[in-house]
Amino acid sequence: MRALWPLVAAMTLAVPAGAQEGAVALVGGTVWPGDGAPVENATVVVRAGRVVSVGPGAPPPGARIVDCAGTTITPGFVATQTELGLVELSLEPSTSDEALEGDAADPVRASFAAIDGYNPLSTAIPVARRWGVTSVVVTPNGGLIAGTSAWMDLAGTTLDDVLVRERTALHASLSDNAVTAAGGARSSALNLVRQVFDDARLYRGRGPAYDRRGLRELRVSRLDLERLAGALAGDYPLVVKASRQSDILRVLALGREYGLRLVIADAEEAWMVARQLAAADVPVILTPMTNLPSSFSHLHARYDNAAILHRAGVRVILSTEGAHAQRNLRQEAGNAIAAGLPREAALRALTLEPARVFGVERDYGTLAPGRVANLVVWTGDPFELTTWARHVFVRGREVPTTSRQTLLFERYRRLEGTARGQRGLPRAAPARR
Amino acid sequence: MSRTISLILMAGAALGCGAAPPPVRSQVELDPPPLPWARERVERGEIDSPLVALVGGTVMTATGRVIEDGVVVMERGRLRAVGARDEVEIPEGARAIDVTGRYVTPGLIDTHSHMGVYPSPSVRATSDGNEMSSPTTPEVRAADGFWPQDPQLPRAIAGGVTTIQVLPGSGNLIGGAGAILKLHLGRTVEEMEFPGAPETLKMACGENPKRVYGGRQAFPMTRMGNVFGYRRAFQQALEYGRGFEDWQAQHVGWQRRRRAYLEARERGDADAEDPGPAPSPPARDFGLERLLGAREGRVLVQMHCYRAEEMARIIEVGEELGFRVRSFHHAVEAYKIRDLLAAHDISVSTWADWWGFKLEAYDAIEENLALLTQAGVRGVLHSDSAMLVQRLNQEAAKAMAAGRRAGIEITEDQALRWITINAAWTLGVDEHTGSLEAGKMADVVVWSGNPFSVYTRADVVFIDGLTVYDRHAGPDALHRTDFELGQDLELTTGGE
Repeated sequence: MRALWPLVAAMTLAVPAGAQEGAVALVGGTVWPGDGAPVENATVVVRAGRVVSVGPGAPPPGARIVDCAGTTITPGFVATQTELGLVELSLEPSTSDEALEGDAADPVRASFAAIDGYNPLSTAIPVARRWGVTSVVVTPNGGLIAGTSAWMDLAGTTLDDVLVRERTALHASLSDNAVTAAGGARSSALNLVRQVFDDARLYRGRGPAYDRRGLRELRVSRLDLERLAGALAGDYPLVVKASRQSDILRVLALGREYGLRLVIADAEEAWMVARQLAAADVPVILTPMTNLPSSFSHLHARYDNAAILHRAGVRVILSTEGAHAQRNLRQEAGNAIAAGLPREAALRALTLEPARVFGVERDYGTLAPGRVANLVVWTGDPFELTTWARHVFVRGREVPTTSRQTLLFERYRRLEGTARGQRGLPRAAPARR
Repeated sequence: MSRTISLILMAGAALGCGAAPPPVRSQVELDPPPLPWARERVERGEIDSPLVALVGGTVMTATGRVIEDGVVVMERGRLRAVGARDEVEIPEGARAIDVTGRYVTPGLIDTHSHMGVYPSPSVRATSDGNEMSSPTTPEVRAADGFWPQDPQLPRAIAGGVTTIQVLPGSGNLIGGAGAILKLHLGRTVEEMEFPGAPETLKMACGENPKRVYGGRQAFPMTRMGNVFGYRRAFQQALEYGRGFEDWQAQHVGWQRRRRAYLEARERGDADAEDPGPAPSPPARDFGLERLLGAREGRVLVQMHCYRAEEMARIIEVGEELGFRVRSFHHAVEAYKIRDLLAAHDISVSTWADWWGFKLEAYDAIEENLALLTQAGVRGVLHSDSAMLVQRLNQEAAKAMAAGRRAGIEITEDQALRWITINAAWTLGVDEHTGSLEAGKMADVVVWSGNPFSVYTRADVVFIDGLTVYDRHAGPDALHRTDFELGQDLELTTGGE
């Protein structure tokens, strides 16, 4: 325990004073703003949690200067389609709040809200943040209609500290598991989706009649109907996981039928229907490194999915799987670039596109004056695996790049101080019989 | 014959325990009968690969040497020469390939794969990696469940991988034999077997076995049960081995009596006693034979184990029961006991950054491989994933960067060893592959750039000097397995 104190002290010192206490100027780096050409040798001024200016000027007097020569500065990355903050240990149900246990019991849970289970103190958050992830669209999982996601910034101890937008999307799925939960056939799954949106269409604007039992019997709860109606009203998009190209086309048809604002996720075979996705202006969230025919529902998965969609004019968001691996978003992007996605589009796919799709583009998504100062100073190309984040800012404050993992590293960096070292181990030869 | 005998004698000596009789090579020169598992392996013949010279690239040998403007010559399945341009003469008649600006490394090796036993697509019909009908199944073999048409295999080759160890899963305490394969995609697993590779044995610690069986209210349901399970199995193997030693001793005695009988008969002694038929060997048990092999060192133990104190416990149990662990797999807490692992010469096969999927994976740190390397432990970057196996070079880059970020200088050569020669040692094939040295198998990758860049791709992959992948070979560069044929017929005949 004693050994920890200097560390704790160092961490406290490393966190600069709050946003209200003066400006910070990042001087000399190359800014990749996320929606335009790089700015070389830039000065980025941050004050009161926002970006004040990005350009060649001198830093304002009194600002804390951060020397960024030789670095690349980007907007912070946004993790999407992830249970980050909902799951501490995947195999321990008591630490997992991303879904119901038992999918088929209740395949439609539109009112399941990720925000209710979000834990801002999850140890997975600093692990992701240390590698440049500054926001999450925390997303429920499972069932046919999984519930609503929320946008959180990755610094702060309470929901009030971290919440940006409570309902960013309603999430549904035509994955193999979802189809199983909804009767086992694609038709039964899509039929159930239609039934509940029919109900929501009837319910919408008729709350009082519903309360008087003046409507026909509806399949799901009032809260579920509220969330479904929100999607019908366009308050937020409906994100549908669909893999097979024929599934994606059926979802597009469903979207037209109900006037839904759609986003397709998973989307391994989206490249095959890029033209239709572009025509419908439906964005796609995909995981670029997913190239295996690991299910009969996506036998045509391939590395250049993102590149093909981008060339066809489809807006693309890049994601990676799981609560614990979000630090690999940049590896996903790097591989998408290697497979033909332009670098600028890859950056946008981790910053501006999520901000647009999930309704916070006024405040997030680019490194520009007026935007929330979520930004990362990289030791070089942010998509290369041999670089790292030297400074991470969330809402204008520099956050430590420590995590539970780095504390473990510091504890075991030298073994002399441990009990094992005191016992004079390692033993030279096996002894006991 | 003499080779067989020496094998048996070695086996007898290694059995130890004070029970083995002294070697019986007395004046009568009687041979004990061969043990059923001490047969010689069939060696594969020479491979007819062309004379090729890779000229002008940066050659990373994984021996500590990085050669700018290097030359690699291969012929008849082997590396003939590796060196700088002024050291190596390009032989007459060689097909010279200009690889200027590109990088040349040994073929990558993955010590932990489930390709072929958990293939794509993942459906009930293809799930062949965990014989979870009993917690101790040393008798089963990954090779027997391997599907050579797994579409994952050609994608791994395109990632520069030339050798894999296919392991049974970790649902069992003792899961069965691994299969060491070269990625010559064949019709049968025999066509892919690594010639001369030792046998390996998969074992597992911790949460998985106790979850699988504990969930059924069966043994083992605790870590206590796990450790007892190993001890019981190896004790059985020890006794099984003794049974065969006793039989050999009895057999030698019988031979002596038989010879005396025959000699007496020749002398005309009609009263000589006929010793009767030879003593029968004990009943064979293929599983116990494999465990006995682990005791004798001819079977290399590959132990799935996450936590530090469990690894330490396994080392002690191994000392007690006479088996050594060749490599701890996953081993996310190996950094905590790296002194112990170095002292016992046990390699660590792990990831760059997997963690958190269960409690025993909670203490993973990014610097695990860097700390192990610094402490002199052979670190190996493994995949355990048909996704990750395609990017072993990128994973090594991440682990290298994590070390550097923490102030531990890891060279590119050291990082390359994580995915080549250290992996080869873990599988007992480091004499044959895993580095670029004359005489070794010509398992070679030509990369489009520095292999630790995310933008780099494997351009050409050679196994035994034969080209198994060429990225620029057009739409058919990626081999299509039988399963994949015709899946896109509508696309290729003018559909969407």
